[in-house]
Amino acid sequence: MTQAESRPEAARGRPPSTEERVLELQGLSKSYGAVHANSDITLHIGRGEIVALLGENGAGKSTLVKQIFGLTRPDAGRIVIKGDSTPIKDPKDAIRRGIGMVHQHFQLVPVMTVAENLILGHEPVRGGIRLDLAAARMMVRELSEKHGLAVDPDARIEDLPVGAQQRVEILKALSHRVDLLILDEPTAVLTPQETDELLGVLSELAAAGTAIVFITHKLREVLAVADRVYVLRRGRVVGTVPTDETDAARLATMMVGHDVILRVDKKPSTPGKAVLSVRDLVVRDNRRLTAVDGFSIEVRAGEIVGIAGVEGNGQRELVEAIAGMRSPLSGTVRLGDRDITRFNAADTNAAGVGHIPEDRERHGIVASYSIADNLVLNCFDSEPYSRHWIRNISAIREHAIALRAEFDIRSASIDATAGSLSGGNKQKVVVAREMAARPRLLVAAQPTRGVDIGAIELIHRRIVEARDAGAAVLLVSAELDEVLSLADRVAVIHAGKVVAELPGDLVDRAEIGRLMAGERPGVPPTDHRSDGES
Amino acid sequence: MAGIVTWQFRHLLAIGTPLLILIAAYLFYFVDQTVATSMCANAWFFAVPLVLGALTGVIGERSGVVNIGIEGQMLTAAFASFFTAAATKSLVAGVAAGILAGVAMGAFLAWTTVTARMDQIIAGVAINIVATGITSFFYKSGAQLPVNMPQWNVPVLSKIPLIGETFFQTGPIALFALLIAPVLHFAMFRTRWGLRTRAIGEYPSAADTAGINVNRMRFVNVVLAGILAGAAGTYLSMEATSSFSRGMTAGRGFLALAIMIFGAWRPLRVVAAALFFGFANALASQLQGVVDIPQQFVTLLPYVLTLAVLAIAAGRVRAPAAEGVPFIKGEGQ
Amino acid sequence: MVPLVALAAAFSVGALLIRSQGVNPAYAYESLFSYALLDGSGLTATLQKVVPLVLCGLAVAIPLRLGLFNIGGQGQFMVGAIGAAAAAYALRSAPGIVTIIVTMVVGVLAGSMWASIAGLLKAARGVHEVISTIMLNSVAGGLIDWMLNGPLADEQVPYPASHAVPGSAQLPPIGVVPIGLPVAVTLAVATAWLLRRTTIGFRFETVGRNRYAASYAGISIRTTTVVAMGIAGGCAGLSGGIELVGVEPYRYQDGIAASLGFDGITIALLARGNPIGTIPAALLVAAMRAGAPHLALDTGLRPEIVDMVLAITLLFVSLPLVVKLIFRKHAAKGSQLASSWGA
Repeated sequence: MTQAESRPEAARGRPPSTEERVLELQGLSKSYGAVHANSDITLHIGRGEIVALLGENGAGKSTLVKQIFGLTRPDAGRIVIKGDSTPIKDPKDAIRRGIGMVHQHFQLVPVMTVAENLILGHEPVRGGIRLDLAAARMMVRELSEKHGLAVDPDARIEDLPVGAQQRVEILKALSHRVDLLILDEPTAVLTPQETDELLGVLSELAAAGTAIVFITHKLREVLAVADRVYVLRRGRVVGTVPTDETDAARLATMMVGHDVILRVDKKPSTPGKAVLSVRDLVVRDNRRLTAVDGFSIEVRAGEIVGIAGVEGNGQRELVEAIAGMRSPLSGTVRLGDRDITRFNAADTNAAGVGHIPEDRERHGIVASYSIADNLVLNCFDSEPYSRHWIRNISAIREHAIALRAEFDIRSASIDATAGSLSGGNKQKVVVAREMAARPRLLVAAQPTRGVDIGAIELIHRRIVEARDAGAAVLLVSAELDEVLSLADRVAVIHAGKVVAELPGDLVDRAEIGRLMAGERPGVPPTDHRSDGES
Repeated sequence: MAGIVTWQFRHLLAIGTPLLILIAAYLFYFVDQTVATSMCANAWFFAVPLVLGALTGVIGERSGVVNIGIEGQMLTAAFASFFTAAATKSLVAGVAAGILAGVAMGAFLAWTTVTARMDQIIAGVAINIVATGITSFFYKSGAQLPVNMPQWNVPVLSKIPLIGETFFQTGPIALFALLIAPVLHFAMFRTRWGLRTRAIGEYPSAADTAGINVNRMRFVNVVLAGILAGAAGTYLSMEATSSFSRGMTAGRGFLALAIMIFGAWRPLRVVAAALFFGFANALASQLQGVVDIPQQFVTLLPYVLTLAVLAIAAGRVRAPAAEGVPFIKGEGQ
Repeated sequence: MVPLVALAAAFSVGALLIRSQGVNPAYAYESLFSYALLDGSGLTATLQKVVPLVLCGLAVAIPLRLGLFNIGGQGQFMVGAIGAAAAAYALRSAPGIVTIIVTMVVGVLAGSMWASIAGLLKAARGVHEVISTIMLNSVAGGLIDWMLNGPLADEQVPYPASHAVPGSAQLPPIGVVPIGLPVAVTLAVATAWLLRRTTIGFRFETVGRNRYAASYAGISIRTTTVVAMGIAGGCAGLSGGIELVGVEPYRYQDGIAASLGFDGITIALLARGNPIGTIPAALLVAAMRAGAPHLALDTGLRPEIVDMVLAITLLFVSLPLVVKLIFRKHAAKGSQLASSWGA
């Protein structure tokens, strides 16, 4: 995790930033109900400076930049832009005052073209009414040449790969005069190579005088490109430090508040018989494009197999196909001796598959149900929780009381609604439910996304315990660190295929990064972008 | 490559289908002039309120607001226009009152769904029920229009055989419906307003970050769309029949929604879809004289057709992604 | 609490309307309700109307649990009633008890089948249930009109009507209590139990609150949709059957369904989707419906004043504040009633 040496050249050759302040925040506070998303935040950024906002999920980074961009108003404090402290009314006002933003969830209309998206809000018009799309195309071409970000102005957003969508999003921000560019988690969806490209672009922009605020929770990127770092924890700035004077370990400590290195204590695995065998699986996504393309893997009892890969390479569809939520086009999924390829979600569950879904709020819980009801979501129809279609309320409650204690679910009672819990406790509800039935196979997709350190530790421990008790575990995670620390074996997925299987103790991030980008082991690098589209 | 092929096929279909229908119509015209003319005229006669109603829906849904209250908007407008014209002895006042009634109901829908973020389906159903209540409570029998609505013959165009008689020898509202569809089509796909409207219906938070006031634009669009629903209702009571009867919209507001879907939320395709309904209806009426079909079955046809069309079209067309979902600033995706 | 506020507001607006017609509102309301609830024949009429109103209220309330808005109670009632009429005519020489049982079963099945069409269209093709049920109302109306003028017509009657149920199968009210009343009340209670205590109810609720979590939990949204619509249609169809054997003139004729469809919606929303709540809500609506002709005679007001007051009630009860209360639990992301027409 000490990647300071991989800092791109562009970042080093940059002239030092001036003292002129583009943005200054003074005592900014914002609450949602009882949650203090931001408290008393003070920071500043000068021309040509790259500042990283570093913090865990839920530390208040996104709330902070939403206020700078005029998407929400602060409860207290001032935002000063180039010496002007007039409150920012709305995004239009922010844009007018020279702020550009690259959102975490791209703010692009999927069914429209690149050119249409770029002109939205300030459309060129011919003859007073007619949209001037020719001028829009010209503008896209000029912008993309100027910044070295190639895009086709007539492509529809939804047809573009994620990396290209992000280039559009950046161009959109740059289509105005921009003194301050804010990027909210821009690298979450990129391959390591695309990330390096992006960091290069940022360095060039900064060299040309743009101030850049860069939000991330990845230490490597901070050290690679930023001049200074503000670390946020629970809505507060807990420290600011020039990148030259720090390292990854110190930043990590500041971020989580105590020395935590994601290392899970586990014994070497003693794998048994194959529990899950996936053969040549082909699955289509919601747009009917092939997402999983001839995927094969085997997971044995008592072993954790981690799937590493950039998001959007078929992981979601793979998990849904195994869990019976999506019907594969071809190929087979076997659980022990049984063919479960065509099983629906209920049958898969009954066959002994536990599934921690990727999207907790959407699939994992029913927010308005009590914890007790959420804990029987996968078994409400079987004894003892119901008999002859009649629900057995006392059995359901006993079950809930036991699991609440076992998984340390922190709530007022088992009757509290799941929606009232924190992210980590919601996730504990999901994990408890899926593990309660002692499944033969546990499929865990992003099991610790957006949860606090305490919950991460608990969930990791439980996953390892399940393995030691003989379960097969398939772990899918966008956090490479999580995969590397938990998995006994790592399969790298790219474009819906396994491109390599590695033993879990191989910790060569650079090698895994190349594999994630679709490069074959030992083959010289190819252009991964054109590769991903076919 | 595949893109080019589908592009050509789509455009071939778009140009070819109406052309084929036109050729067929003229062939038929050649065989039996009177029947062909009356069938085409009947078809358009039936289609006019559906076009206007469906376009009301198109504007609303393209902006992200589902309007299931078109039926009620039309009914109120039919009522208001007819009784105003009867009371003031002025057709102009009647038409104005009808359009105003459509706009008022539109404003009510906009307030409940956009401002108050009420469930759009419930709001629409409530509007329909209130419209039924108002129009039956204030109903008086015996009122009459001072004169019938004028029939206009558009110079030159009305002389074209078949087409002229169908589209250009009609009343003012039918002519308005004919003109407004291409205008709206242009506006939707070629103007600033259209680009923004589509953006707020597809991905409102993108529009919001581009500085567009999503909720204000939705509000204004739903209110403006009320003009078309008002015209549709006015057409029914003043131009098509010169009378008002209770519940006279008879589900046309819902047929209009089906036509909107069948027309894939595109104004020109909506006209084609409405004409398809019109022709089916005209054909059934025509057949009734030839074969022995009970009258009731002919009346039923549009409803059954709606169900069939929805069952076929629903899976194939894509609705604006954000329709039905209230937009709350700062909670965007 | 909220339904009461909505009612008070609606009655106030109604009072303004009544005053505008030159009648004293207090007198008008007193006349309406004293006839409907205190007068013998008025009470009979009220209680008779409660039966279909409770059942049609349930027909709306049940699918509402899973976010479906069934506004086709009217058509389902009509199909149930005409099915019952046909069955009763076919069994005209059978013993009364057999006729009654078969008639009820046919009514339930016919209504259930009719609603299931909308359920199937929704499940298989994504056709929005509001449009399909409205269209099915119209189709039912047309088909029945044809039957009453053709295959099922009673030639002895000067207007379109079916044959009367044979005398042995007619079930007149006992005192003021119509035979359907205990059935309707029992069914409302049974529905409440079904929703709260059974796995079927749990499936309905889960789909309504978070359809994604439901499909993750292995609950088939399609099956649930069809089943819920089927049960709803069965309630409405049963009330059609009861109407035929329990209410004069024991035959199907025009206007039998009156404004049951809309009233069912008002009742379900007044009851905030709670099956037990449909009973008081239906009683109120029934009283207004039963009292309307008397009110007209007594004061010269048009009976449509009742339509107006009920329409305003629906409006107020569905206004944002109220809707928020009813749908608070449904407010989870992606479970608005109106999401999309598409599949």
